[in-house]
Amino acid sequence: MTAADSLDHNSQMTSLRSAAKRKRSQAQFIRWLLLFTGGIAMVMPIIYMLSTSLKYPFEVYNLNLIPEEPTLDNYRYVLEDGRFFGWFTNSLVIATVTTLCNVLFDSLVGYVLCKYTFPGRYIVFIAILSTLMIPTEMLVIPWYLMSSAFGWLDTYWGIMFPGLMTAFGTFLMKQFFETVPDDFLEAARIDGLNELQIWWTVAMPLVRPALAALAIFVFLGNWTAFIWPLIVTNSQEMYTLPVGLTTFSVEAQVEWELIMTGAAISTIPTLIVFLIFQRYIIRGVVMAGLKG
Amino acid sequence: MGLYKRLTISQKQIVWAWGLLALPILFYVVVRFYPTANAIALSFQEWNLLGSRSWIGFENYTKLFSDPVFWKVFANTFIYLLLGTPTSLVVAFLIAYHLDKLRFMHGTIRALYFLPFMTTAVAMAWVWRWFYQPVPIGVFNNFLATLGIAQIPFLNSTTYALPSVLAPAIWAGLGFQVIIFMAGLRAIPQTYYEAARIDGITTWETLTEITLPLLKPTIVFLVVFSSIGFLRIFDQVFNMTTNDPGGPLNSTKPLVLMIYDTAFNSFDMGYAAAQTVVLFSVLLVVSLVQLRIMRDN
Repeated sequence: MTAADSLDHNSQMTSLRSAAKRKRSQAQFIRWLLLFTGGIAMVMPIIYMLSTSLKYPFEVYNLNLIPEEPTLDNYRYVLEDGRFFGWFTNSLVIATVTTLCNVLFDSLVGYVLCKYTFPGRYIVFIAILSTLMIPTEMLVIPWYLMSSAFGWLDTYWGIMFPGLMTAFGTFLMKQFFETVPDDFLEAARIDGLNELQIWWTVAMPLVRPALAALAIFVFLGNWTAFIWPLIVTNSQEMYTLPVGLTTFSVEAQVEWELIMTGAAISTIPTLIVFLIFQRYIIRGVVMAGLKG
Repeated sequence: MGLYKRLTISQKQIVWAWGLLALPILFYVVVRFYPTANAIALSFQEWNLLGSRSWIGFENYTKLFSDPVFWKVFANTFIYLLLGTPTSLVVAFLIAYHLDKLRFMHGTIRALYFLPFMTTAVAMAWVWRWFYQPVPIGVFNNFLATLGIAQIPFLNSTTYALPSVLAPAIWAGLGFQVIIFMAGLRAIPQTYYEAARIDGITTWETLTEITLPLLKPTIVFLVVFSSIGFLRIFDQVFNMTTNDPGGPLNSTKPLVLMIYDTAFNSFDMGYAAAQTVVLFSVLLVVSLVQLRIMRDN
């Protein structure tokens, strides 16, 4: 084999390889195109909602995505109605307080069940875990009876109390405290910290990602919660955003631009939060989904 | 305090453990266990909130099982499950499988699929309800009209209404499933794929012989998780059929909506409690059967 032959052979190989590469990159382009188109289709309902909320009534039946004459009139109307502001505040307070409670109590219980040895530990763990199987819908009637007996109907406490602790969160946190070495806690104990301090200052900072994941899930769950707030509230002032939106939309009937504005107001906050904390939220969802 | 100091380390731990658990245990007893017992007890009683509770044995259950509306609702609930779970899982897997192999704009595309998961079901139910309206209002029918295809009476027909109500539920949950599938795909060691490439196995065989079997824990989790979700569907149905909840002709009514109606519109608390016990049993049986089947394979 001469040098020229070998060169020829090499260039043949290269052209073969580059043909394969071209084919692969073509396949990759088609893959990208399909996934991208699908992704755009996925967000179309959200885009249409936002675009219609910026339209005048006469333009609603045009299906153009970008309003010819964008207007904030719908937002002005909906906010001047006043009720949305109250519903928004209610939802924000309820979701925030519930999230704080879950972060605090679920991690405390998870920590104790993980790091302490005491008689009855297994029974307590199984008992809490077993509540995962009981659907909310089975409990709403007893919760309602309880709330009406104690005067909790139509109050923040009434809306919040069923969700202040969750078995899901407890289990999630217990899983994550397993990764905290016992030596750390022992060292802190020798340093003279009491048990609560050890939990709060040593263990908690080490499971921060899990706390974030739990917080995301609990907040989102309570922000979008519907059936229990629908049952426990009577007066419009106490409605949460989803319940208020239902009432508002039924009233608005065919004024779709107003309904879309109400829908946008209840959706935009979580969308913004997602766009800012995208990476953390996706990581948190994976963590909670796989470990929880 | 002097007493506490005399305790051994392990005795101190016991004191701390029960001390810290006292409030949470009280919570679980009062807000979870007692209500569960109360719901079961109530299902054997008759009570309309005003009079007194009276024991009537299995009467609520016999009444329920002889009610044709219940069987319609029961069937609907399972149709939600049988349409929703396979559809969403197959679509989510396809997206995840291909998105996993994509580098260009990976993060952006993933975000597009995930975004609906962050929305409020009630709000999106209204958006989809608007989409489903007849011309000239609804987006879908307008689109069909421009293509010259006959109109579909999405929410007004007994055949189309249930899938139409289900669609936003599938849509909103898809992103979560894609993310979980991708995490599962990432967890499969690359060495398996390298070995497969050396052995000259086709892409299809790699998928069925390596990827899917190793993805089984993820699939089991998603099947059980999404099934529970579809069996408990409520927000979408309630908001898309406000003029005739669960309609037309009960064709979209799931069990949870029937429970809500019986308890909070008819105030037939015992009868509603019996329905919740049925819901609980359905969820339990479906989860156990799924776990059993998938563990066996």
